[in-house]
Amino acid sequence: MKDHLGRPLVAVTGIGLVSPLGWGLDKNWEALLAGTSGITRIRRFATDHLKTTMAGTVDLPEEIAGGEPVPAPVRVERMAAAAIAEALVAAGMKEGAFDGPLMLGMPPVEMEWPQRVALARRAGGNGHAALSVASIGQRDLYETFLYGGVGERLALRFGTKGAPIAITTACATGASAIQLGVEAIQRGEAKSAIALGTDGSVQPEAVIRFSLLSALSSRNEDPTKASRPFEKSRDGFVMSEGAAALILEDLDHARARGTTVIGLVSGCGERADNFHRTRSNPDGSSIIGAMRNAIADAGLQPGDIGYVNAHGTSTSENDKMEALGMRAVFGEAPPPISSNKSMIGHTLSAAGAIEAAFSLLTLRDQILPPTINHVEPDPTLGLDVVPNEARRVSGLRHVLSNSFGFGGQNVCLLLSAAP
Amino acid sequence: MTRRDVVITGIGLVSSLGEGPEAHWDALTKGAKPVVDAASFAPFPVHPLPALSLDAQIPKKGDQRQMEPWQRLGTYAAGLAIDHAGARGLVADMHLVVAAGGGERDVTVDEAMTAALTSATPETSGVLLNEKLATELRPTLFLAQLSNLLAGNISIVHGVTGSSRTLMGEEEAAADAIRIAAARLAEGRGEIALVGGAFASQRWDMVLLYAPGGVLWQGDYAPVSARGEAGGLILGGMAAFLVLETAEHARARGATALARIGGIVSDAAHQRSGGGSAAAAKALWQGMAAQQAGLGVISGMTGVAEARVEEEAFLAGLGSVPVRRSASLLGHGVEASFPANVALAALALSRGGFYPAMDPADAGDGAVDRILVTGFGQWRGEALALLEKAP
Repeated sequence: MKDHLGRPLVAVTGIGLVSPLGWGLDKNWEALLAGTSGITRIRRFATDHLKTTMAGTVDLPEEIAGGEPVPAPVRVERMAAAAIAEALVAAGMKEGAFDGPLMLGMPPVEMEWPQRVALARRAGGNGHAALSVASIGQRDLYETFLYGGVGERLALRFGTKGAPIAITTACATGASAIQLGVEAIQRGEAKSAIALGTDGSVQPEAVIRFSLLSALSSRNEDPTKASRPFEKSRDGFVMSEGAAALILEDLDHARARGTTVIGLVSGCGERADNFHRTRSNPDGSSIIGAMRNAIADAGLQPGDIGYVNAHGTSTSENDKMEALGMRAVFGEAPPPISSNKSMIGHTLSAAGAIEAAFSLLTLRDQILPPTINHVEPDPTLGLDVVPNEARRVSGLRHVLSNSFGFGGQNVCLLLSAAP
Repeated sequence: MTRRDVVITGIGLVSSLGEGPEAHWDALTKGAKPVVDAASFAPFPVHPLPALSLDAQIPKKGDQRQMEPWQRLGTYAAGLAIDHAGARGLVADMHLVVAAGGGERDVTVDEAMTAALTSATPETSGVLLNEKLATELRPTLFLAQLSNLLAGNISIVHGVTGSSRTLMGEEEAAADAIRIAAARLAEGRGEIALVGGAFASQRWDMVLLYAPGGVLWQGDYAPVSARGEAGGLILGGMAAFLVLETAEHARARGATALARIGGIVSDAAHQRSGGGSAAAAKALWQGMAAQQAGLGVISGMTGVAEARVEEEAFLAGLGSVPVRRSASLLGHGVEASFPANVALAALALSRGGFYPAMDPADAGDGAVDRILVTGFGQWRGEALALLEKAP
């Protein structure tokens, strides 16, 4: 089957997911529909002197058993591998010989303090020259922190074809990775692709850096109440971790092998801001453009969209701009919009993929996940945010999923029910 | 879907040899000597960047202050490319794909922190880290450090807003950035795109990233082919951005096409040594089904031993074609190298000539009609681009 532009329809035939709510898609979806928060006090490292002391975290088994925290690229890769493995099982594919490319949305990674200190001890000095010379031959450091490292190891394990593509578009990363996979299939480069977003950046320096940008909530008393998208007293986002992987497949290819189609990625839209490094264009033109481009790319009209999975970070700025965008695109009676981040926090590079995954389950099960912590609506926003409790719906065919990044990279995905 | 011809209409190029296509053509055709700083990052030599007239491309001082050298360099070169293409009026719908490494860390803070942490006990180090970082990190430095903020700054400074993507993954990321940007134009997703990368070589944080791999050349400068069995790369400051455009769009607005993109392909052999990488490149080359007549090669050979052995085997299979190993003069610019070599190829084709030898091993001569650019990553990745004379 082809779409309105003569391109192959792109099906999603498998999903795998990890978040602070747990490892595995079903467990996450149940918790999400129950309105469960995955945000907790940070236990991974000391939080003295930090303005923000809570986050959503995903710990690895060896950390839970008392081991030292792993560096971000290791966590990012482990969650990614778990999500891909789960998605392949769901798609009825075996591991090791995937017939298509790997599109990997991940954060930038770098050597962290424990590695630096270990090098300094070995070097007997603290200068970069001493550390560099002492480091020569430590291939594990090199291969762990090269940007191509995570993709290389995942490509090797899952047997994907061609060069793995790693992408970062800040908070839109996961959506960009899906877009790359969709485009490869539409272009006819591949019949299938693995697209994922993964992030595991809750470490002291990253928390402090986001804190210095005044982006994080500091509502530390009750972490489960900190993420309050679209709510009047919201005060910033909550950092979180997780991964979601989607098996994308040419719909005809999926049907020919008789697998279950969860839904379609029927459109993608992008638009970049040029106003400010951490803020949207004040008139919302770029986020509006990205939303409209996604709807048009799918050959739909705004009235066809029954629900929006929000970017909804819980920052004052984002939620205000997203509401502005909603009204510009949909008029004065926009469809319901809810934010998964109210429960799992902002999983950064993973968010676009995790939220696309939840959007597909929303279509499959005809139930909208809630925006929790909705005590006092922000009267200036005027949105139906599906407050506090999941909502059953019927006849929902199309969902828009928004992702707006620092640095002005805006990506929207249009997810549709299986035809 | 339709497949439309894609051409290069603008080059923004900065390296240790200078700035702009004219300067590079002049320097390289007159037998340029490498510019080397062997002292500042000893024992690792680097090819330094020239001084840039930043105000010409980043007019607001406030914008300059929000960036560190890497983002400034890339934003500067992106502007040069837009100007060269005469495309200032087209930026609103221009698509952007950047290949990026990491931005600058604060080296002074890092060294002071390392000193404090090495003398702290495991019990106190966590608290100490928080206390010092919270007071000593500059908020803006985070933005200067984020990989996707080079693209963000290009959007802000030059107004490029069609779309914005940042690929990561060293050399391979740059080849795939160009491949994806060109493929999107070819299939009708837009008419014009800006793609490239930048690498600031004079940075200890980059030295510390690559040194553990044992891939950095030490001591006095030597050309790529003369780095012995151990091999090694010399980091070279450079930035290269290309304006890609559908041939039809370029023609309609009267823009000069410098070269046509004949094809861009990439792979990543997981087992590189023992012929794996050479075989991957050979398969890519055969898949391109390009004419051998009038072929020249601009090689991105880094100097790293394993990659060099594999690439030499691949090149030997091409027969007697002229090969130029540009890293002997420019150094290796990681994410910027492949775009820089594509820029040099487009430049040569637009001038109807080729470059004299850049490395003692460079052989062959004469005019070329098509140029193959190779990109064997320092660790992983094989990429080829074929550039042809513009129609």
